[in-house]
Amino acid sequence: MNVHEQFAEDLALYALGSLDGAERQALEKHLEGCASCRRELELLRGDLSLLALTTAGPKPPARARQRLLSAIAKEPRAPHASEGQQHSWWIAFGWPALRWTAAVALVIVGIGLLRQNSTLQQDLTSLRAQFSDQRSKLEQANEIVTTLLDPDALRIELVAAGNKPQPRGKAIYQRRNRNLIFFASNLPPLPADKIYELWLFPANGGAPIAAGLFKPDAHGSATVVNPPLPQGVEAKNFAVTLEPEGGPHEAPQGTLVIVGVGE
Amino acid sequence: MPSADTNAIASDLKLMTAIRSADQTAMAVLYDRYSSIVYSVALRVLRDTGAAEDVLQDIFMQLWRNPGAFDASRGNISAWLAVIARNRAIDALRRRRPENDIEDVVVSVEHDLVSEADRSRAMDRVRGALQVMPAPQRSALEMAYFEGLSHSEIAGKTGEPLGTIKTRIRAGLLALRKVLAA
Repeated sequence: MNVHEQFAEDLALYALGSLDGAERQALEKHLEGCASCRRELELLRGDLSLLALTTAGPKPPARARQRLLSAIAKEPRAPHASEGQQHSWWIAFGWPALRWTAAVALVIVGIGLLRQNSTLQQDLTSLRAQFSDQRSKLEQANEIVTTLLDPDALRIELVAAGNKPQPRGKAIYQRRNRNLIFFASNLPPLPADKIYELWLFPANGGAPIAAGLFKPDAHGSATVVNPPLPQGVEAKNFAVTLEPEGGPHEAPQGTLVIVGVGE
Repeated sequence: MPSADTNAIASDLKLMTAIRSADQTAMAVLYDRYSSIVYSVALRVLRDTGAAEDVLQDIFMQLWRNPGAFDASRGNISAWLAVIARNRAIDALRRRRPENDIEDVVVSVEHDLVSEADRSRAMDRVRGALQVMPAPQRSALEMAYFEGLSHSEIAGKTGEPLGTIKTRIRAGLLALRKVLAA
């Protein structure tokens, strides 16, 4: 969250309703144009709501419930009540009264529309802020993914001096969303009719699950992004095997090429 | 099978939909579910049971008259009601007209507060954070939140510089967030 540091303390006070005077005006002006500070303000209010909730304990007396329910019963919001009311007024007061009633109704409707417009404007501002925030995050994520997946990007792996580069892989797995990103490097060129296959080893000891077939590029690098996986599988390890072309296969049967060593 | 949380969210949304259709029974159920939150916040601020009951009545009547004021995308209903109760109670304490309409309040809570167990867990953590907070920091935060004092009023009351009060309040809020994120 890129909150402007010069406003950070004032934002906390503003969320509390404790900021006043010129500082309040300056912050409100800044908030109009700053989506990240608006978002931070919402979060601060959320934190403060938890402070309010710490007071939980005393229950209101039973009479308060009765008071509310009686008041509600006296104010039924019957959807068609206004129509019936207008009809009886017309009969009672005739056309001149109706014209006045219509004029008053128009003013009331106008005020209602203005109020609704103001609410919609506020919603729109809030949505714009959220959209801008999301877009900024998406752009950042896109840049990272584009760089990681760009076949023209320079990939240099650093190993202990004097060692020959060995096949390596890195699997990044998020069980909650079934997201899996796998990078491999220094893989030997594929023999004819063979393909590499990535495997997920479930934490519950179940059979390995095929997690993507892939072929490395001329430099031995390869990437697998979000292969189809069953939902909610907790993984304890990943491995790559060399398998006959085709597949995905039911179970790993070929040569083990690389296997995970844990985080 | 839906989780308890999913059921609670669906149940709250269903209640609000029924209230929009002028269902008085749904309003009674919502009251039974959340009135103690509203009442206890108002009581903490006002320290007067009659005044707290008035705030309780006022908030639920407004929700009845304008059920569209609560928009589920604007936050969790318990947190939203707690914030509105606090704001209304402060207005009553300071004998001023309400500063915000209830529909203007947006609360973004990044913690699960849907079920009573969730709320209880979050509250234990916040209370724990308040207990370990340096006393001047907690006091500044509580004076601002539960007494509705401006930072200059707190500075005047405590004899501390304005900047110190600002820093303490922010540090207090950050400490709360940290303990909730842990």
